[in-house]
Amino acid sequence: MKLNKGSLFALFAVLELAGNADRQLSTTDIAEKYGISTHHLAKVMRNLVHSGMVQAVRGVGGGYRFAGNVHRTTLLDVIQLFEKLESELDMPNHGTPAGEPIVAELRSITEEIDDLTKAILDTITLETALKSTRLRCEAATIGK
Amino acid sequence: MAMKDPIQIRNAVPTDLDAIIEIDDVGPKEEKPAYWRGIFAHYGSGEKKDRIFLAAEAGGEIVGFIAGEVRAWEFGSAPCGWVFAMAVSPRMRGLGIAKRMFDEICRRLKGAGVTTVRTMVNRNNKVTLSFFRSQGLRTGRYLELEREID
Repeated sequence: MKLNKGSLFALFAVLELAGNADRQLSTTDIAEKYGISTHHLAKVMRNLVHSGMVQAVRGVGGGYRFAGNVHRTTLLDVIQLFEKLESELDMPNHGTPAGEPIVAELRSITEEIDDLTKAILDTITLETALKSTRLRCEAATIGK
Repeated sequence: MAMKDPIQIRNAVPTDLDAIIEIDDVGPKEEKPAYWRGIFAHYGSGEKKDRIFLAAEAGGEIVGFIAGEVRAWEFGSAPCGWVFAMAVSPRMRGLGIAKRMFDEICRRLKGAGVTTVRTMVNRNNKVTLSFFRSQGLRTGRYLELEREID
């Protein structure tokens, strides 16, 4: 599986905001923390606002805040706003019939892999992801 | 004086079976009485450390159950704990009952000498899968495979 930048930036932003739903952060705050492009993140934030997962707060001290349900929203919910997560076969334009059964078999295998990938991502809620991330940070701090 | 815990996790007893069958929302209803009687006969005595069948009781009512056992050397797997059934009454969800039951079965499995717990859940059962994920379970070393038998 290869996550595109949009999904990755969205996960940074959503997890950052969902970690404290009362807090408002600007695109610059999030981009600086994770060392990512503010310009690209701004586009991602527009998508997240459009989906209803994030709310834009206008005015002085405005920014974004998490508007979803941390217990129900899954990693797949976020990722699917930006990509389909479907494997692709890089097929030549003029394949011959001889390759068709092999391609059909490979498609059936990649569908199996895609189903598993989605099933895993669809059962990890933001709450679980935040908890695991926190444990990882604590373990890294203890290890220092 | 300390308040009595409103939720008790204890060994299942024969009088719990009707409530357990009612809460169990997986599989065909008509086959459940025989299935659960068999499960109770095998796991329900509470006498064997490696076979565990627990019920969660609140206000005199059964509101959840969990069952598991120690299995050893299936396809070369070292002894590990298996949780093969768990459910909480829909009206009692979100109160931490599944976590309490899971913590208790893990404690007992550890007491029976194993350090790994394993389960298998239908991938469409998002509620149960999300719960186990939240408890730190991840895809294990074994893959479940299946096919239709002609």
